[in-house]
Amino acid sequence: MAQVKLDAVRKVYPNGYQAVVPTSFQIEDGEFVVLVGPSGCGKSTLLRMIAGLEDITEGTLSIGGHAVNDVDPADRDIAMVFQNYALYPHMTVRKNIGYGLKNRKVPAAEIEAKVQEAAKMLNLTEYLDRKPSQLSGGQRQRVAMGRAVVRDPKLFLFDEPLSNLDAKLRNQMRIEIKALQRRLGVTSVYVTHDQVEAMTMADRIIVLNEGKIEQIGTPSEIYHNPASTFVASFMGAPPMNLIRAQIEDGQVKINGGTELMAVPAGWDSGEITLGVRPEDAVLDHSGAVPFEISIVEELGAHRLLHGEMAGQPFTVHVSKEVDIQPGQTRLTLNPSTLSLFDAESGKTL
Amino acid sequence: MTDITQAPPRRRIRWSVLLDHAILIFGSLFMLLPLLVVFQMTTMPDVEVIKNGPQLKLGGELGPNFDKAMYKASGFSGLNTGTRMLYNSFVLGIGFAVGKIVLGMMAAYALVYFRLRFATLAFWLIFTTLLLPLEVRILPSYEVVQKMGMLNSFNGLIIPLIASATATFFFRQYFRSIPEELVEAARIDGAGPVKFFIDILVPLSKTMIAAMFIIMFVFGWNQYLWPTMITTDEDMYTLVRGIKQITQDLEGTNIPEYGRANLLALIAILPPVLIVIFFQNWFVKGLTESDK
Amino acid sequence: MKRAGFTTRWLPILLLLPQLLIIFVFFYWPAGHALHSSFFLQDPFGFGSTFVGLDNYRDLAGNKEYMRIARFTLLFTLLVTFFSLAFALLLAVKADNVLRGAKTYRTLLMWVYAIAPPVAGFIGLIMFDQSWGPLTRFLQSIGWDFTLGVNFRDTATAMVIVSVWKQVPVNFIFFLSGLQSIPRSVREAAMIDNRSAAGRFWDVTFPLLAPTGFFLLITNITYSLFETFGTIDVLVKGEPGNNPMTLVYKVYVDGFRGNDLGGSSAQSVVLMVLVLALTIFQFRLVERRIHYT
Repeated sequence: MAQVKLDAVRKVYPNGYQAVVPTSFQIEDGEFVVLVGPSGCGKSTLLRMIAGLEDITEGTLSIGGHAVNDVDPADRDIAMVFQNYALYPHMTVRKNIGYGLKNRKVPAAEIEAKVQEAAKMLNLTEYLDRKPSQLSGGQRQRVAMGRAVVRDPKLFLFDEPLSNLDAKLRNQMRIEIKALQRRLGVTSVYVTHDQVEAMTMADRIIVLNEGKIEQIGTPSEIYHNPASTFVASFMGAPPMNLIRAQIEDGQVKINGGTELMAVPAGWDSGEITLGVRPEDAVLDHSGAVPFEISIVEELGAHRLLHGEMAGQPFTVHVSKEVDIQPGQTRLTLNPSTLSLFDAESGKTL
Repeated sequence: MTDITQAPPRRRIRWSVLLDHAILIFGSLFMLLPLLVVFQMTTMPDVEVIKNGPQLKLGGELGPNFDKAMYKASGFSGLNTGTRMLYNSFVLGIGFAVGKIVLGMMAAYALVYFRLRFATLAFWLIFTTLLLPLEVRILPSYEVVQKMGMLNSFNGLIIPLIASATATFFFRQYFRSIPEELVEAARIDGAGPVKFFIDILVPLSKTMIAAMFIIMFVFGWNQYLWPTMITTDEDMYTLVRGIKQITQDLEGTNIPEYGRANLLALIAILPPVLIVIFFQNWFVKGLTESDK
Repeated sequence: MKRAGFTTRWLPILLLLPQLLIIFVFFYWPAGHALHSSFFLQDPFGFGSTFVGLDNYRDLAGNKEYMRIARFTLLFTLLVTFFSLAFALLLAVKADNVLRGAKTYRTLLMWVYAIAPPVAGFIGLIMFDQSWGPLTRFLQSIGWDFTLGVNFRDTATAMVIVSVWKQVPVNFIFFLSGLQSIPRSVREAAMIDNRSAAGRFWDVTFPLLAPTGFFLLITNITYSLFETFGTIDVLVKGEPGNNPMTLVYKVYVDGFRGNDLGGSSAQSVVLMVLVLALTIFQFRLVERRIHYT
């Protein structure tokens, strides 16, 4: 079990490209942390630096209190699950799972016992003598997990482990991985671009963009109090509505006058961006804000109403009981649910 | 109501399909017939061949001709029997193939999987050799082998032929196509460079090694110009190198030994052809994926 | 190089060493030597050499026989390349078409690949034998009094036929695998868009085969220039005399038999430049093909 600590860790590639700006954060013992962000945001680079597969340009990385910058991946006591699983195609499941132990000179009997135990935990017992090519996607995923689990590492690293699975299997494996991690209590770092995975699995989420941390927080904090328009639009499906608004006379106004909420005294007047989660906008015939519905998207458990508010695209999430047709209606926006961002920097106000 | 029962479809003769087959059969015969002619002649007594040439019947001389071809020498030294040449051909084919594969895999492994300061330089030094086939530098190469005292030796025959990068190029391409995560997983699993090579990379490349072996074996077996220059001792002749002497014998001697000559030609053809036919799939894969 | 390469220092050097050693001794040294001696005039008795600058090259350009051989080589290369490619393409398209026996045809059409060029030449000698060669007889029956080794044009014809026979299989293999790698969906889309099979071939299949074709074009030119040496040497029974010969054969005859090392080296260098140009052209194509996939 171990803490992971990054102190001003930076990555610059030999061609001069800065993949990660100096970044610091700490992962607590037994914590499940998800690094999330769009492709090219530096999340994989961060993970690979923790694994030791990528050199650290500057800064210090410590695992369990020891600086490991110059420690070989094999000696960091970590296990990693790869996006394409990276199973050895010519080895049986048994050999795949046991290979790391064999290289560590563990006695054969002990390897076999550990492999059996891991296989049992992952329902792989009957597949131990098959080759990876004879397994389904979900089973391969499990073998990759088995390879990680069997070594009893200090730290699990996951590099988009579910993105090669179909949607149904993905949901199932998400729960299994989370349950396994809970049971074993191993510190885990999980990289994904899928915000649903991040929300459902993480103890804490780190949102990255262009090599910088945008926000660190629990899923709830990230969702309800996004630190920037980037986080607001990246987390949540459908994303948070972001519309232009103004602060005038201590009030947030849209549509050239409709007053939504008061702001603390002393805020400057000017342009801002207003964030509204689709489920926080309430349909209300006597509401203050006009909303023009153009498309009703039926999703079974709920409906999404796409349309325009104040001349800008806007989406409202309603329960399946609300039966409504395209056309003109009105909304009420509860001030406590609104997020305000600086129009220029996108940072929360 | 519509009648759902239909007349069984008539078997139409598709003229275009027939034409396709006709062209393919013609092509196959064009390839095969010359060999059949040669084979027919190996079953006939030499006198009959001299008089009538190839005919449409099989004679009973295959056995005696085989004995002559395998055990009788034609040269001055009496050392270039068919068995001797067959042996030399196998040494050349296998030695060349194994040498190429071993050196190629080693070099490709170093180029693809290591952070090496002068990797680019090494790459260019090695791959420039693809630019110039042995034929254009044959005389200076001969001189080098001569100076090193390697004429009429298997080393002199095989090693200079290995001095090109075809196999290295091929394995480099293949290694690059192997997912990177595999080496990463192996590193986390505690495998060092030697272990990774032996435990993972070599078993993973089995098919590629087989394909390369077939191509290189055929290539080595079929060498002509180089052996012609390097091996002047008759006991060093390969079958392919000996073919010119075999034809010249047909001119010089009193009774040209067509049976022996034709049979030696067939024996020179048979091993590479059989390998190519039996391991067709590997061979085609290796050939078309290496592109060179 | 892979992103996460090993950092061990001595091992890669050790791995590269044997290959580098061999190419230095047997490639760079001889190639450099050829370039060097092309500027010298070698004493025929091996007692020394004189620097003559570009004289060897000037001699070549002014040598009527050399220019005649160069012209013949060009014609020979054109004929062999064209017929090998055309014949192989036809067979590959047909083999790709038929459902029955496709595998058998593939085997029947490709095995000649494994025959050595000089052995192909030997088979040519048999087929074109003056008194009873089946092809000689056939040609005589249509009024062509074919004499291999005597008539320049007849000998050249035999060289082309044998060289094509030997080269069709390898082209066939590449064309067939090129055809088979065209995605099914593309063919089906073409079936819907175009009724005529010939139209589909020229509009869709042929352009998609173009990379393979370009690659083979270079391969075939190289083959015609170099690998046909064995075929030619056996067909003329090692007695070039007045028979047609190619540039590579001339290098061999002048250098190995005639002992004109300077002139032969200059010829080698001319060939090197030729191959260099072809290969660089080919590399660019291969690079582009890699980017496709």
